[in-house]
Amino acid sequence: MLNLAVEQALNGLQLGVTLFLLAAGLTLIFGIMGVINIAHGSLYMIGAFFCAATLAATKSFLLALLAGIGGAALAGMLMEMLVMRRLYARDHLDQVLATFGLSLCVNEAFSIVFGQRPLYVDIPPWLAGSVEVVAGVPYPTYRLAIVVVGLLVALGLYLLISHTRIGMLVRAGSTHRDMVRALGVDVRLLYTLVFGLGALLAGLAGLMAGPVYTVQVGMGEQILILTFVVVVIGGLGSIRGAFLAAMIVGLVDTALRAFVPPWLKTFMEASAADALGGGLSSLGIYLLMALVLLVKPRGLLPAHG
Amino acid sequence: MILARTLFSAALAVGPLSLAHAQAPVKIGFVSTLSGPAGYLGQDIRDAFLLAMEREGGNRLGGVPVQLVVEDDGLKPGAAKQIVDRFLKTERIRVVTGVVFSHLAVSIVPDVVDTGALFLSPNAGPSNFAGKECHKNYFVYSWQNDALHESAGALANNLGYKNAFVLAANYQAGKDAVAGFKRLFKGKIVEEVYTKLDQTDFAAEMARIRAAKPDVVYQFHPGGTGIAFLKQYAQAGLNAQIPMVGAEPMLDVATLRAVGDTALGLNVGVKWNTDFDNPESRDFVAAFQKKYNRVPSYYAGQGWDTAQALAAALRVVGSDNPDKLAAELRKANFKSIRGPFRFGPNQHPVQDWYQVQPVKNADGSLSLKTVGKILAGHGDAFSKDCKL
Repeated sequence: MLNLAVEQALNGLQLGVTLFLLAAGLTLIFGIMGVINIAHGSLYMIGAFFCAATLAATKSFLLALLAGIGGAALAGMLMEMLVMRRLYARDHLDQVLATFGLSLCVNEAFSIVFGQRPLYVDIPPWLAGSVEVVAGVPYPTYRLAIVVVGLLVALGLYLLISHTRIGMLVRAGSTHRDMVRALGVDVRLLYTLVFGLGALLAGLAGLMAGPVYTVQVGMGEQILILTFVVVVIGGLGSIRGAFLAAMIVGLVDTALRAFVPPWLKTFMEASAADALGGGLSSLGIYLLMALVLLVKPRGLLPAHG
Repeated sequence: MILARTLFSAALAVGPLSLAHAQAPVKIGFVSTLSGPAGYLGQDIRDAFLLAMEREGGNRLGGVPVQLVVEDDGLKPGAAKQIVDRFLKTERIRVVTGVVFSHLAVSIVPDVVDTGALFLSPNAGPSNFAGKECHKNYFVYSWQNDALHESAGALANNLGYKNAFVLAANYQAGKDAVAGFKRLFKGKIVEEVYTKLDQTDFAAEMARIRAAKPDVVYQFHPGGTGIAFLKQYAQAGLNAQIPMVGAEPMLDVATLRAVGDTALGLNVGVKWNTDFDNPESRDFVAAFQKKYNRVPSYYAGQGWDTAQALAAALRVVGSDNPDKLAAELRKANFKSIRGPFRFGPNQHPVQDWYQVQPVKNADGSLSLKTVGKILAGHGDAFSKDCKL
């Protein structure tokens, strides 16, 4: 039982950091520019596809890694310069419509170029296999690596935002946008960079997810919904909130799936318990979101004080 | 101009019926899922259908000039309904085919058969229309959904497994799958798990499987989610400890290519495989590979068989008269790539099921190898309720 709990906790952590990488970019972009970016899932997909295609072509994991995050960051900056710039002054509905349209275009373009059959991505040989975290719990090395990378990125992001000049501008931009502009900072450049950073994080999440999940057109939309839940629970625009919420959502979602159906079975008929348990666990995180919003309408750690 | 074109096509016509020569081509409505992550399923069916037409010298089935009207449903029941409505009312189409997904078939089949038109299903075989609700104008060339998964249950018996951990996506076909597996599996079900339909991370389920230590795992997850499941099963180290059985959708050629070597060791129940040793199958596989430069999936195989069945009926009837065509289709007088093919009383296949395993070829690629027969002349559990 303890072994199972340890393994599930690691699973929750791994889902949590993946969600955090996506949510960090999403919330950063919203916090600084006030844009709701539905096309964020496309950047996740771009990271995964570029990585998979480069790996297939060159067999080099390093090049694939660079192509994945570089490609996503570039795509993000292009997206900002070509589309987003025209949307900052518009209201959220226009932004949602435009970015949704953008995600459809990217999806179609990718299915034209790469086809609709899912791509296969190898795990780097040095990360294949599993390690025993506790005696009797073999855990895939690759998933552990995702957790480590995710936590390192979170730490790096914390240092970047609270201890560097760029970070200071980012923080200032999210709380006192007009003041930053008035002080003569090149806001356009700042916006492009922030968008690129958000895209880079999404691309990183996508390329790391490639070997575990499926690299296919539309993969971004599947996880984007969960990411929005994380951003809302954490508080729009708050990176610390996104981290906390990502961990909570990851752990709660995993725990519900792992423990609710067996628990229901102790007092219910098996197939009914599975049906109810399955329903409850898919409902769980939305219920959690509703509860958080009921108690703290602006999320757990809202950005604007 | 029109006269000239008609004369021209009449001069080209080589069919046995003089009646077919001068008329406008028979329109066949083809509505299928051609876009999105599952789009390759519909494309394979369409490509096999087009190949069948091309092999008769272009735009012909059974010697009769035909026109395939292809539309994409985008995996949306509403869109499929609109397309079919236009097929039936505006284009006056009397033969509809193509659908991949069962819940889409459920939404459009009644519309088609109620207007007296024919529906030929190359893939979906929902239980809804296999029993009491069966219809004289509704033909299925793949399987009845439950029967497909019954083959996996029987396979688990043959392999001597005493208890099983079963998982399926939480939707109609997933529930049909588990019901089918349990109908023939004689052992004990350790746990029955329903996953979210769009779930891609199965780590929590892997941990539960590890804790439960079953003899065998049976699972059904359509499309990309199935690929994710197989990969994560291997990454969790479970494929070395607990064997897995499944039915055709678990491991088609696209899935096999996407999961790679981790598929080795799986056992799958199928009704047709590319290595079948009969002239029709060899001919089809070679022609498909030559034209499209890829191995045909079983979806393509079903599309081909559907086209052959329709061609056989058109050859006799010579027009799209639905009643006459239905009478011919019922005889199933065509050469299937599976070998002998016949219909049960509900116009669903009664067929043999085979065990296949992934094997590694000399060049390192993988293919599926047929290793034995699981069930012979297997129909489905609903046909007894069908009164046609």
